[in-house]
Amino acid sequence: MLKDITLGQYFPGNSFIHRLDAMIKLILSAVYLVIIFLIKNFYGYGLLAAFTLFTIIISTVPLKFVLKGIKPLLWFIIFTAILNLFMTGGTVIWQFGFLKLTKEGISFAVFMMLRIVFLVLGTSLLTYTTSPIALTDGIERLLTPFGKMGLPTHELAMMMSIALRFIPTLLEETDKIMKAQMARGADFQSGNLIKRAKALIPLLVPLFISAFRRADELAIAMECRCYRGGKNRTRLNESKIGYPDIIACVFVLLFALAIISVNKAG
Amino acid sequence: MIKTKNLEFKYNVDLDPVIKNININIKKGEFVAVLGHNGSGKSTLAKHFNAILLPSGGAVYIRGMDTRNENLLYEIRREIGMVFQNPDNQIVATIVEEDVAFALENLGVPSQEIRKTVDWALETVGMSEYKKHAPHLLSGGQKQRIAIAGILAMKPECIVLDEPTAMLDPIGRGEVINTLKRLNKSEEITIILITHNMDEAVFAHRVLVMNDGEIIKEGTPADVFSDVEGMKSVGLDVPQVTELMYELRKEGIDVPQDVLTIEQAYEVLSEVLC
Ligand SMILES: Nc1ncnc2c1ncn2[C@@H]1O[C@H](COP(=O)(O)OP(=O)(O)OP(=O)(O)O)[C@@H](O)[C@H]1O
Ligand SMILES: [Mg+2]
Repeated sequence: MLKDITLGQYFPGNSFIHRLDAMIKLILSAVYLVIIFLIKNFYGYGLLAAFTLFTIIISTVPLKFVLKGIKPLLWFIIFTAILNLFMTGGTVIWQFGFLKLTKEGISFAVFMMLRIVFLVLGTSLLTYTTSPIALTDGIERLLTPFGKMGLPTHELAMMMSIALRFIPTLLEETDKIMKAQMARGADFQSGNLIKRAKALIPLLVPLFISAFRRADELAIAMECRCYRGGKNRTRLNESKIGYPDIIACVFVLLFALAIISVNKAG
Repeated sequence: MIKTKNLEFKYNVDLDPVIKNININIKKGEFVAVLGHNGSGKSTLAKHFNAILLPSGGAVYIRGMDTRNENLLYEIRREIGMVFQNPDNQIVATIVEEDVAFALENLGVPSQEIRKTVDWALETVGMSEYKKHAPHLLSGGQKQRIAIAGILAMKPECIVLDEPTAMLDPIGRGEVINTLKRLNKSEEITIILITHNMDEAVFAHRVLVMNDGEIIKEGTPADVFSDVEGMKSVGLDVPQVTELMYELRKEGIDVPQDVLTIEQAYEVLSEVLC
C-alpha cells in the first residue's frame, strides 16, 4: 500500500528540456520564479502563460500531468485569493458589514493566484524533466562555490542521493513489518490519535534498527569500492554545458527582457 | 596471491581472538570455498583480505603487499573485490549503470573509460539490457549480479563473496553461481566463496573448513566431504548425495564415499542396482 507513493516524480523522456544540463535548469527555474514576481500587469501574465505553455509542449510531458501538480494546492490558492480580496485597501466597490471589496483587492487576488499557479507549474516541470540523480548532481555543482567556504557539498549530495536510493527499500520494509505486526493483531487504523501513535512504536523500532544495520553494511560496501569522499572523483555521465544550454539561457533572457518592457506598457 | 601468516584478530583487546593461527595461501585463478558454522569467523577472515579489518597479530599479504600499509590501501581494495549477503545494502545508486560505475568514479577514472568498463562488466554478468533500470525493481539474483558487476568494474584479481546466495531463491542462486563459475573460467578471476550451502562448495577447487576461528580442514571437495563424521562433529552438513552414500555404506552397501553431485550419484547407483 505504501508502494503507491511516488517521490521525485520524474517523467522519463528525451526532449530538449530533458537534455538540458541540470545545473542550468536549476538556475533557469530560479530566474523564472524571479520573473513571476516581477510581472506588474496582465500583458506580462499573458506572455508568461505563452512561455510556460511553450516550454511544457516541447518538454513532451502531458499538460494534464503538469496541471495535476496544482490540485493538492487548490485550497491554499483559493484561501490566499480570498484573503487578498478582502484585506487590500483602496477604492471600495462593494461593502457588506466589515467586508470591503476593493478594485485593488480584485486585481491583487488574481495576481496572487496566477503567481502560485505558475510557481507550481515551473517547479513541477523541473522535477518532471530531471532525474533525481541529475538533480542532486546539479545541486552539488551549484553549491561548489560554497564548498570553498567549508560547506561539505559532496557529502550533502551523496546523502541526498543515498536517501533517494533507500526510500523505496525502506518503504517496502515498512510495508513488510506492518503486515507482520498486523498478522499478530496490531491495529494501525482505529482508535484516537494517541492510541494510533502508540501503535506505531512496534513499527518504528524494528525499522530504525534495520536502517542502522543497513547503513553499517552500506558503509563497508562503499569502502570496498574505494570510496574516499569527493576528492578527485569523476563521473560516468560527465555533465557538459553545450549549445542547447546556451540556447535555453538566451531564450529565457529574451523572455525576461520582454517582461520588463511589457511592465512599462501599463 | 593472498597469503596470511599466523593471522589473529580480536574485536576487543580484552576478549579471546575471533580468528587465530590462520595460515593460508590462495593462488591466482583458484576457486576456494570457505565453510564453517555460524560465528566461526568466516566473515571476519574475509574482511582481512581487503583491509576492511587489520590483523591484531600476524599479517596478511596481497601479492606481497602488506594490508597494514596505508599507502597501498586503495591498490589492495581494487585488487580484492568484495560482495556481501544483502544486495540491497551494497547498491549505492538509483540507476544500475551508475551503481556499477561507482568504484571507478571513486578511483578517478576518466568518463569515457568508465563507460566502456561499465558496459563490459554488465555484459559479463549478463545484465546489459537492464543498465537503465532502477535496482530496487530487479529480482534478488539480478541485484546480486549488479553488485558483482560493480566489483568487476574495478578489474580485480580476486573477488571474495560472503554468503552471496543466502537471501536468494534457487533461481537467483543458480544465476549467481553460474556467473561466478564463468568469471573464474573465462576471466581467470580468483574466487573465494563463503557459503552455508554445501552444493555450492562442490564446484570449488579447494575447500577450507573453519571452526571456532581456526582452519581445521583443507582439501578438495571430495577429500573434505568424504569425512562425513568429521564434518558433522563441527556442525556442518555434506552435500545430500554424499550423505546418501554415507548412509548406504553404513547399511553395508559398497559405494564410494567421494560422490558429490547428482550426476555422479546417478552413475554409482545405476551400477549398484543393475
Ligand atoms: N563487529 C563485531 N564486534 C564484536 N564481535 C564481533 C563483531 N562481528 C563479529 N563478531 C564476533 O566474531 C565471531 C565471528 O563472527 P563472524 O561474523 O566472522 O562469523 P561467521 O563465520 O561469518 O558467521 P555467519 O555464518 O553467521 O556469517 C562471532 O562470535 C561474533 O559474535
Ligand atoms: Mg558471516
